[in-house]
Amino acid sequence: MPAELLADTQPVPGVPKPDPVLVADGVNRHFGGLVAVDIDHLEVQRGAITGLIGPNGAGKTTLFNLLTGFDTPNGGTWAFSGRALAGLPAYRVARLGMVRTFQLTKALMRLTLMENMKLGATGQSGESAIGALLPWRWRQQEKEIEARAEVLLERFTLADMRDEFAGTLSGGQRKLLELARALMVEPALIMLDEPMAGVNPALTESLLVHIKGLRDEGMSVVFIEHDMDVIMDISDWIVVMAEGKLIAEGRPADVAANPAVIDAYLGRHHGEAATPGLGTGAVGERPDEDGDG
Amino acid sequence: MFALAGVGLNVMFGYTGLLNFGHVGSLLVGGYGTAITVNLGGSLWLGILVGMTAAVVLGLVYGLPTLRLREDYLAIVTIAAAEILRLLTRSSALEPLTQGVFGIQKFADEFYELNPFPRGSYGIWRITWDANTLWAIVVGWLVVALSVWFVWALTRAPWGRVLKAIREDEDAARSLGKNVFGYKLQSLAIGGAIGSLAGIFFAVQTQSVNPDSFQPLFTFLAYAVVILGGPGRVLGPVVGSILFWFLLSFTEAILRQAVSAGFIPDWLLNAQEVAAVRWILVGLGLMLLMTYRPQGLFGSREETLIDAR
Repeated sequence: MPAELLADTQPVPGVPKPDPVLVADGVNRHFGGLVAVDIDHLEVQRGAITGLIGPNGAGKTTLFNLLTGFDTPNGGTWAFSGRALAGLPAYRVARLGMVRTFQLTKALMRLTLMENMKLGATGQSGESAIGALLPWRWRQQEKEIEARAEVLLERFTLADMRDEFAGTLSGGQRKLLELARALMVEPALIMLDEPMAGVNPALTESLLVHIKGLRDEGMSVVFIEHDMDVIMDISDWIVVMAEGKLIAEGRPADVAANPAVIDAYLGRHHGEAATPGLGTGAVGERPDEDGDG
Repeated sequence: MFALAGVGLNVMFGYTGLLNFGHVGSLLVGGYGTAITVNLGGSLWLGILVGMTAAVVLGLVYGLPTLRLREDYLAIVTIAAAEILRLLTRSSALEPLTQGVFGIQKFADEFYELNPFPRGSYGIWRITWDANTLWAIVVGWLVVALSVWFVWALTRAPWGRVLKAIREDEDAARSLGKNVFGYKLQSLAIGGAIGSLAGIFFAVQTQSVNPDSFQPLFTFLAYAVVILGGPGRVLGPVVGSILFWFLLSFTEAILRQAVSAGFIPDWLLNAQEVAAVRWILVGLGLMLLMTYRPQGLFGSREETLIDAR
């Protein structure tokens, strides 16, 4: 369905989408003399999986930080579902239904899986200091949240460990937990920063299925990834950044054939030998941590 | 008093992970808020209210400029702020209000007029108290119980879950729609209010406030109490404070007896040095505890083993 929606969209940077969930205009961020992000215009299609790729240091994570309120841009405007977000603190952005995960997984180590999950739910009356003292008002809600968390843990095959501390999970399981926790917020748009980094192939496969499942439920997904197989497999649309700028956009096939993209990865400034070649399906190394932002 | 201060500190440090090194400042404004109000003609109860309010305000003042910075800045600012407060109360400029280094005395008569215990001596075995001390002890432990209940009620609720999440990773909490800044302020305010109760209680019990009772050392002793009992545990600081005083007085008693009975030769340790040596032993005890039971008495072993980052 999303693929057809984007069928008539031209693969040029900054192209308008039929039904954008996120629109950014002129968003830019400098660190001293370095221009980390400088986006003229970017639209993200609703209900589709958008892959965000680019060489190390392209500004992908910085762009995530800016759009979700974790960092403040030097200029620009952006809107989520028609609501302007500039100047909004990160927690408000999350409450609006635009939730992100982190490149370095942020499981809350000394909380149990269940506590991690329950934290994700928004609008809990027991989360205000006064509300907390009135247990009869949050008990019922707590039960509902717990039931919802139970379903999600089951879906992400973590249910057996619900009462373990999150710190005891493996790296891959933490990624799953973080994704499941983000879903507790009931987001309309979920932004995943390298969800597959450092995850073994079997788990990658199941994460892929989960992400596709989210799209099929009508959620919009934006994700940063370095593994070209993954990108080509699940993206409905790919956005390519290099040196802070949008250099290409398009369906996977368009991007793979785009000379500007191949240039950015292999050419001029970036001589990283390990960077995967595009379109060949070759898998390069998957850096756990890149130097974005 | 240590128990109360520890309960307050536990909210900030044990649950929220805020390093407040100026906790004694809350005690100071609590004690002085009460004393000054009474001195200016207010009732003791109004004074207690003023003291607590002042501590809440102090918590907000600590937090507003620093909470957006990294947590070590909070530690620096709070320790400096507490010292500024102490030196201010000492200063001659404020002498009409605070009576400088002499402090304020005899302002808690109202409290002792309520004493239901008839005059006389009360005690268990060889330890005895007079009626007023007994009254203070009873009320003190009641206040401790109340504040422990309050903290328990707050932290078992979703509110406490958010605090713990902030301790673990505030960015994660933020990404899930939690107003981290607001929660930290609340934590500082509540921790400060409970701390001020400790200051008020101390002031009322001794019927005096003096700037030099509020040395920075006190904050660190309160940390010792929290860590002894196990940070992030409701009863931790209470048990920690009991143990702490037990260690202090127990070692002192043993050493004194040993010295006077001649078990320890005079050249090694004499009666005057005992007071200093017991601190060394308490320090040693703390170190042993940290080595063999780093989670504190109440903490769970598993929880400490998990690397927080």
